[in-house]
Amino acid sequence: MSALFKFHGGVHPPTHKTESTATPITRLPLPARLVVPFRQHAGDAAIPIVKPGDHVLKGQLIGEPQGFVSSAVHAPTSGVIEFIGPHPVAHPSGLPDICAVLIPDGKESWIEKVSVDYRNTPIAGLREHLRMAGIVGLGGAVFPSDIKLRPLRGHSIQNIEVLILNGAECEPYITCDDMLMRERAAEVVRGGEILRFMLGAGKVLIGIEDNKPEAIAAMRAAVQAEGLPFEVAEIPTLYPSGSAKQLIRVLTGREVPSGELPTDIGVQSFNVATAYSVARCFEQGEPMLSRIVTVTGNVTQPRNYEVLLGTPIADLLAHSEPKTDTRGYLMGGPMMGTPLPSTDVPLVKASNCFIAMSDALFPAPPATLPCIRCGRCADACPADLQPMDLYWFARAKDFGKTQSYHLFDCIECGACAYVCPSHIPLVQYYRFAKSEIRAREQDKLSADRARERHEYREFRMEREKREKEEKLRAKERAAQATKPAATGEVPTASDAAAEAQRKIQDALAQAKAQAAEAQPRNTENLTPEQLAEIAEIEARRARIRELAKSDVEAPKE
Amino acid sequence: MAAFFSPFLSKPDTVSRIMLQVLLALLPGIAMYVWYFGPAILVSISLASITALGTEALMLKLRDRPVAPFLKDHSALLTGWLLALSIPPLAPWWLVVVGTAFCIVVAKHLYGGLGNNLFNPAMVGFAVLIISFPAQMTQWISPHGLGQIELTFADQLRYMFLGILPPNVTLDAITMATPLDTLKTHLHLDEPIRQILDMPIYGRLAGQGSEMVSWGFLAGGLYLMARRIISWHIPLAYLGTIFAMAGIFHLADPAHYVTPLFHWFSGAAMLGAFFILTDPVSSPTTHHGKLIFAAGAGLITYLIRAFGGFPDGTAFATLLMNICVPLIVLYTQPKIFGRKGRKP
Ligand code: SF4
Ligand code: SF4
Repeated sequence: MSALFKFHGGVHPPTHKTESTATPITRLPLPARLVVPFRQHAGDAAIPIVKPGDHVLKGQLIGEPQGFVSSAVHAPTSGVIEFIGPHPVAHPSGLPDICAVLIPDGKESWIEKVSVDYRNTPIAGLREHLRMAGIVGLGGAVFPSDIKLRPLRGHSIQNIEVLILNGAECEPYITCDDMLMRERAAEVVRGGEILRFMLGAGKVLIGIEDNKPEAIAAMRAAVQAEGLPFEVAEIPTLYPSGSAKQLIRVLTGREVPSGELPTDIGVQSFNVATAYSVARCFEQGEPMLSRIVTVTGNVTQPRNYEVLLGTPIADLLAHSEPKTDTRGYLMGGPMMGTPLPSTDVPLVKASNCFIAMSDALFPAPPATLPCIRCGRCADACPADLQPMDLYWFARAKDFGKTQSYHLFDCIECGACAYVCPSHIPLVQYYRFAKSEIRAREQDKLSADRARERHEYREFRMEREKREKEEKLRAKERAAQATKPAATGEVPTASDAAAEAQRKIQDALAQAKAQAAEAQPRNTENLTPEQLAEIAEIEARRARIRELAKSDVEAPKE
Repeated sequence: MAAFFSPFLSKPDTVSRIMLQVLLALLPGIAMYVWYFGPAILVSISLASITALGTEALMLKLRDRPVAPFLKDHSALLTGWLLALSIPPLAPWWLVVVGTAFCIVVAKHLYGGLGNNLFNPAMVGFAVLIISFPAQMTQWISPHGLGQIELTFADQLRYMFLGILPPNVTLDAITMATPLDTLKTHLHLDEPIRQILDMPIYGRLAGQGSEMVSWGFLAGGLYLMARRIISWHIPLAYLGTIFAMAGIFHLADPAHYVTPLFHWFSGAAMLGAFFILTDPVSSPTTHHGKLIFAAGAGLITYLIRAFGGFPDGTAFATLLMNICVPLIVLYTQPKIFGRKGRKP
C-alpha cells in the first residue's frame, strides 16, 4: 500500500449515502418514448444522420461526431424516429437543444455487436472506436474519452506513468459509482486495464473513499480475480477528494500545476463508470446507451437505476415515488449540482443523480450577513485560495483583482460557502466573475478583429490611392521622356509602397502582440474542458441571439 | 425554492452562534472578577450591553439596514462586554455608556458596520477613555481582603451612579493602583523587584485577585480553541512573544525586570490573547499573517509595559497592529494549489 497524501482544506458534509444503497441497481422498464439529445458531451453536438420515420436498431449510430471535441450518439433501443428538432434539455439555461424523439418498438433488437481485440488493434483505431461509441467521462464533465487518451503536449506524446480510476464519489447523496463498483467490479477493473494499455501507463491506482467498504472489498476481489497489479486505495472521506486534482494529490502526492493538465505531470484519471463503459464497448461491442443514476432525497424508494439515455426524467422520478412535500429536484449532488429546470427533460450521459428536495432535507439558509473575515472559508478551500478576498473583489466587480487572486483556480466545489457562518453564496459570486471575465474577453477579441479589419481597409484604400497616383505620375513621366531608363522608376515606387505596407503590418502585429499581453492571465492554458465550456457558452449566446432575431423578424414573414 | 445555486447544504454555523460562544467563554473570567472585586463589574457589563444594543439599533436604523438580523448576531454585545472588562469596575456609569457608544457608533458603524471595521471597536473605546478620562480610568477597586474598607454592593452602586461614597470613606481607601501600575511606580523609585513583589497586592504569579481573573480568561480561551472558534495562531504568537521578551530581559537583569509569567497573568494579556486580538474582522485572515500580527502586538505590549508611559499596552498594541493588517495580509498570501514551488 503506497502512502496517501493530504490536500489543504476540505469539509465533511453529512453524506446521506446509505439511503440509496440498500437496494441493488434496478433496471428501469422501457419508457414509451425516448428523447435523445445530440449534445450529451462537452464540445460540439453530433450531427443527426437519421430522419423522422426511420426505423433504428438498438445501438445504431444516429448522430455523427463533428469537430475535434465531440462524440457519437446512438439509438438507446430499437424503434422509430418520430421527430428531430429542438426539445427542452436539462441545461441550467433552460434552452432547448436538438434531440431525436424515438418511439421504442419494444423488441430491443440490437445492431450486430462487434467486440474488439484491443491488444491487437492500433491505438489510434481504438480511440476512434471509443469516439464512435460515444464514450465520454461519466464523472460529470462528459469530456470525450478518446481525447483524454491522446495526451499531447505541444506536439509530443506525454509519458503517462500513473492511471487513476476515480471511485471517490465524494459528493453527498450520490451512490451510482458505489453501486456500480459493488455489483460490476470485474468490468470496471477490466476497463481500467484497457485504459492503462492505451495510455501505456505503468501503475494503476483506484481511489475510493473509506465510507464505501463494500465497494472497496468488491474492487479488491476483482483486481485479484483478474490477476492485475492494480492498487485499490482506501482514502479518507473528505469532500472534495473526488475532484480530479485533489484525488491525484491524495494518491500520488503530485500537484497538477495551475493551468496545466494532469498529463503534464504524468498522470491521467478516469471515472470508474467510464472504465466500465470502455469494457462494455470493447468486450461486448456496445456503445454508450445507458448509465446508472441515483434517485434519492425526499422519495419513498431511494435507489440506483440503470436507465437508457433519453429516458424522460419524469418517468424515472415516478419510480422512486417522490413524497408530497417535494418542492423541486437537484441534478448532481448538493455541493455542486444545479436545480432541475423541469422534469420534462431527458436523462443524459452527465446525469448521475437526482435528489428530491424538501424543506426538511434542505432548509432555507439563514439570512446572509456581511463577511466577518473569520477565515473559515480559507481553511476549507481545497485550492488554497482566499475565498473571502475573491468574494470581496467579485462583489466590487474588480475582476482584475479576482484574477490576480487566482479566481480561475477555483474549482467551484462550494466548500467555502458550506462553512461560511455568514451564509454568503460565495460560489455564485465566483461564477458571476468568471463568466463576466470570459464574456469581456470574447467581446475584446471581436472588437480587436473589427479594429484590425477596419485598419486594414484604411490601409488598402490608402495604398490603392497611392498606387493610382504613382501610375499616373509614371505615365506622365513616360510621356515626357522617351528614354527607357524612365521605366526603371516604376519599380522603385512600388518598392516604397511595399515598404510602407510592411511597416503597417509590423505595427499591426505589434499592436496584436500588445493586446495579447494585456489580456488577463489565467485564461491562457485553458484545459480542453474549459475550452469546451467557453464554446458552450458561446453557442448558448449564439442561440439566444438567434432566438431574439427570429422573434423580431417573425412579423415580417 | 430556498437557494438557486450550489452548494445547497451549509453548516449550521452562524455568526450569532460564534459570538455567543465567545460570550460564554468570558464567563469564567467574569466569575473570578465578581469573586475578587465584587459584583460591580456585572453592573458595568449590563450598562455596556444596554448601550451597545441601543446604539447598534439606532445606527442600523440611521444607515437604513435591517435591525433584527444584525442585533441577533451578538457582535455589539461582545464589543460592550470587552470594553466593560477593560475599564475599572467601579467606573462611573457614564464612563461605560460613553465608551460603549463610541465603540459602536464611531469604531464600528462609521467604518461601515459589521465586517468593515479596521480597528477593534472595544479597543478604540478604551483608548479614547484612557486619553480623555485618565483619572477615572485608573481608579481600580482593591481586591477582596486588601482594601482598608470594603464597600457593600449597595455602596458600590451608589458610587457608580451618584458618585457618593459612604461617610468617612475616601476614594483612596477603596481603590488602589493595578499591579502593573504599582510595579512601574516602585521601579521608578529604584526599589528592587523582590521587595516590590513582597507587597500584599501581589499574589503567587502576579496581582492578587487579578491573576485569578487571568486564569479565568485563559480557561475560556482554551475552550474557544477546543471548539475551533479561534485558531491557536494569535494566542500562541502573542503570549509567546511576551514570554520571550520578558524572559530575555528578566534573565539579563532580574532585579529590574519581572518574570514572563508575571506579564502573562497581569493586565489584559490573557483577555487580549484570546478575546481581543482574535477579533476576526480586525485581524489578518492568513495564518502567517496572524502569527506576524500577534507577535507584533506582543512586542509592542511588552515595550509599553517595560518602557512606555502606560502601565499596560494591550489596547495600544492591538490598535497599532490593526493598522498593519492590510499590509500583513498582502504579504502573507498562501501558495495556492498547483503553484507551490513557483512564484505566486
Ligand atoms: S467564511 Fe464567510 S464570513 Fe468567514 S471569512 Fe469566509 S466569507 Fe467571510
Ligand atoms: S468554491 Fe472555489 S474558493 Fe470555494 S472552496 Fe471551492 S475552490 Fe475554494
